[in-house]
Amino acid sequence: MSPEAPVLDKKHFESDQQVRWCPGCGDYAILSSMTKAFAEIGVPREKIAIVSGIGCAARFPYYVNTYGFHTIHGRAPAIATGLKVARPDLHVWVVGGDGDILSIGGNHFLHALRRNVTLKILCFDNRIYGLTKGQTSPTSEYGKVTKTTPMGSLDRPVNPISLAIAAEATFVARTADKWNDHFRQVILAAAAHEGSAFVQILQNCVVFNEDSWEPVVGREERDEHALYLEHGKPLRFGRDREKGIRLDGSEPEVVTVGEGGVTEADLVVHDEKDEALAYLLSRLDLPRFPMPVGIFRRVEGFVPLEKGIARQREEAMKKKGKGDVMKLIHSGETWTVNG
Amino acid sequence: MTTKQLEHLDRVVIRFAGDSGDGMQITGQQFTNTAALLGNDLATFPDYPAEIRAPAGTLPGVSGFQVHFASDDIYTPGDAPDVLVAMNPAALKVNLKDLPKSGILILDTDEFSKRNLKMAGYETNPIEDGSLAGYRLFAVPLTSRTETALASFENLTVKEKRRCKNFYALGMTYWLFSRSMDATIEGLKERFKKKPQYAEANTVAMKAGYAYCDASEEFQVRYEVPPAPTKPGTYRNISGNEALAIGLVAAAGRAGVPLFYGSYPITPASDILQYLAGYKNFDVTTFQAEDEIAAVGSAIGASFGGAIGVTGSSGPGIALKGEAIGLAVMVELPLVIVNVQRAGPSTGMPTKTEQADLLQAVCGRNGESPLVVLASSTPSNCFHMAFEAVRIATKYMVPVILLSDGYLANGAEPWLLPEHIEELADVRISFHTDPKDFKPYRRDAATLARAWVKPGTPGLEHRIGGLEKQDQTGNVSYDAANHQKMVQLRQEKVQRVVADVPDLKVYGPDRGKLLVIGWGSTFGAIHSAVRLAQADGLKVAQAHLHHLNPFPANLAELLGRYDRVLCPEMNTGQLRMLLRARYLVDVQGLNKIEGQPFRVREVLTRIQEMA
Repeated sequence: MSPEAPVLDKKHFESDQQVRWCPGCGDYAILSSMTKAFAEIGVPREKIAIVSGIGCAARFPYYVNTYGFHTIHGRAPAIATGLKVARPDLHVWVVGGDGDILSIGGNHFLHALRRNVTLKILCFDNRIYGLTKGQTSPTSEYGKVTKTTPMGSLDRPVNPISLAIAAEATFVARTADKWNDHFRQVILAAAAHEGSAFVQILQNCVVFNEDSWEPVVGREERDEHALYLEHGKPLRFGRDREKGIRLDGSEPEVVTVGEGGVTEADLVVHDEKDEALAYLLSRLDLPRFPMPVGIFRRVEGFVPLEKGIARQREEAMKKKGKGDVMKLIHSGETWTVNG
Repeated sequence: MTTKQLEHLDRVVIRFAGDSGDGMQITGQQFTNTAALLGNDLATFPDYPAEIRAPAGTLPGVSGFQVHFASDDIYTPGDAPDVLVAMNPAALKVNLKDLPKSGILILDTDEFSKRNLKMAGYETNPIEDGSLAGYRLFAVPLTSRTETALASFENLTVKEKRRCKNFYALGMTYWLFSRSMDATIEGLKERFKKKPQYAEANTVAMKAGYAYCDASEEFQVRYEVPPAPTKPGTYRNISGNEALAIGLVAAAGRAGVPLFYGSYPITPASDILQYLAGYKNFDVTTFQAEDEIAAVGSAIGASFGGAIGVTGSSGPGIALKGEAIGLAVMVELPLVIVNVQRAGPSTGMPTKTEQADLLQAVCGRNGESPLVVLASSTPSNCFHMAFEAVRIATKYMVPVILLSDGYLANGAEPWLLPEHIEELADVRISFHTDPKDFKPYRRDAATLARAWVKPGTPGLEHRIGGLEKQDQTGNVSYDAANHQKMVQLRQEKVQRVVADVPDLKVYGPDRGKLLVIGWGSTFGAIHSAVRLAQADGLKVAQAHLHHLNPFPANLAELLGRYDRVLCPEMNTGQLRMLLRARYLVDVQGLNKIEGQPFRVREVLTRIQEMA
């Protein structure tokens, strides 16, 4: 950073608009952590663009003093792709809820990830439709009773992490709204990643789905139920980190270190570059397993879309020279009629 | 050898028809290039099936290419062919109904096998049963003659040799119309640079076809169509889709702003994406999106970033883009939406033409969602209208829908090329950078356009979106009076585009009995019919709209100067409905919804009834 660059703080990124989420909504914590993170990332605010779809989460850009675009339901990744390709110099973030990103926007989510366009896609996942007042969402549990599923939802939920990995995402992570420090680490890592980054944020909807993630996120149970992923470290969890994940063939199992001859050496060691492991970990869930959180997958070295496009353009310029409109008009077989 | 007669003709229409795999499009294009180089005025119309390769010999597999060339001005590919080249019974079956008696008919007798006749639905062989009496029939074993001509080509398989039969037929038509084969020979060399044996084989086949006619007793008369007295200048033959792509590039180049084209493949618009993908060195980015919605979305994102965002599709794709186009209306960003219309509804007839998306363009979004609608009238006019679409979209910060159609997209005509860049209108784009008193929705007093700000500009950070905007600040507002004001402002802004719409001119008397008004690709047929009617002394005039929203300022007054108004359209009367609603004029319709363009005589007959 150049010496004259101003030191950025959280306030610098707060807009003058009144925040209109329900009191107690997890989005407040996310907003606070994000403005802090932006200050820490250090990119000047005019270089940041936040693109969102529709839903409670999608109001996010109004509250951050950067460039922002609150678009239409589900389409934020597509619109952000156009923006990033046209303006590779910008830092483009996409914000949406589980309905926005995974239901109506599922197609765009899949393709933004496989194209590896440098977007940071944040999915505020509260497992419910909030802005429309409480209908089942694509991440709602099977059997969930909501206003539209009075006898229980018959749809099996989508697993956003598995889906992202299957879609060739080069950065896939999970964190939670109120985990300030964990959230910060995941967001900073996502920001530093070249290529598409997907972050599922376990978020609490205080009105329509209160405490849905509490067994994983809450202070009481998180040590037992959250498995913190760290690259190069064995998979351990539990109040005293006494438990771990071991593979029996390709089947994961929960073991206790020190019991039945199990040592730390028997545990799976996390490797962010191992795609098969990332997928396997994405399948772990309560009640049989703890829920893994942190960075599932992070691989570098794939050319992001915006760079590939810029390169091809430069290559064409080099090969054909900068385009001359009159020459283009006069190309092909022409003939002249004399006066 | 007998001396052959030479006859002069003013105009000729040839239709090449065969199986999808017979190379009829290439044959027709080669004939077209030669006619263009000879200085004929011309117009072409390819008619091909939606199936890539329907089973050989079947009726759905028939592909055709019609070229109309003349020694004076022409505006359509011709109502009916004078010459029909039919490469198999199916091609004969599909096309014979269009050939007038006394027309020239060239058939490949080798293809009239029992099996092929049956597939085409012939009980008996029409070559033998007398049903072709009256036509000037040339029944020639094209396939076997081609094979014989290529006997010495040991490096070609029999199948490859047979495939050259279309060039044998082309050679025959070159002889028949006294054309030089040179341009085609050169073209073949260029096309088969890497496989010179193909270039040579096709050349030999073509020359054999030519020589056959020269030597045969059957062919006693050959024809000559002299060059048309055209305006001096440089010309090229151009299709609507290529002209449209070049028009977009030219406007962006004139503005010095990058062009972004987000699209999803769809017939008949895909060519535009393909052409633009080849123009990367013009600072053009093409993006083949995952679907129609992402295509328009990416273009809106690019516009937000300060590029000229364009998306293109056909009717079904435009339907999918509707919500996003509404977003562009709301956030007041420039966006060009190209609709190369095809026959609908739903999937309809993808390769057939229609102009039934006018009301979709003008009205097809939720809420009060006005935007600018333009339409091109001829293949080369697609260049000018694409250029205008970009100019208006960026000047007024407004989405513009440009309507083309399958007939314009694939049809071609000579285009008199501009010689200097200065002949093209200015496209002035300035991005706002001054943070002093900046308000995202402050408007230019004349155009009502809001400022275009590129993200990355310090001090101008702001948020836009699809929720209703407060006037000036652009903040979210649900205020009742503000909503009414904003709806009216967006409407008024589109209305002000009229300042950039030239007054509508008439061709013919400036008042009188009948005005024929049209829009889009019906121009050629209407113009030809009106000229014929005028030559017969009828007091009829033509006006053709390129601006459908807003309409030209003088339209109301103009409509009032004629006793009656006729509006031919390839739909059930969409422009007619708009004109009636807007101007309370009792416009009469002539409506053809066959997936085929108007024939001149169809329009002429209606004019004669009304004038």
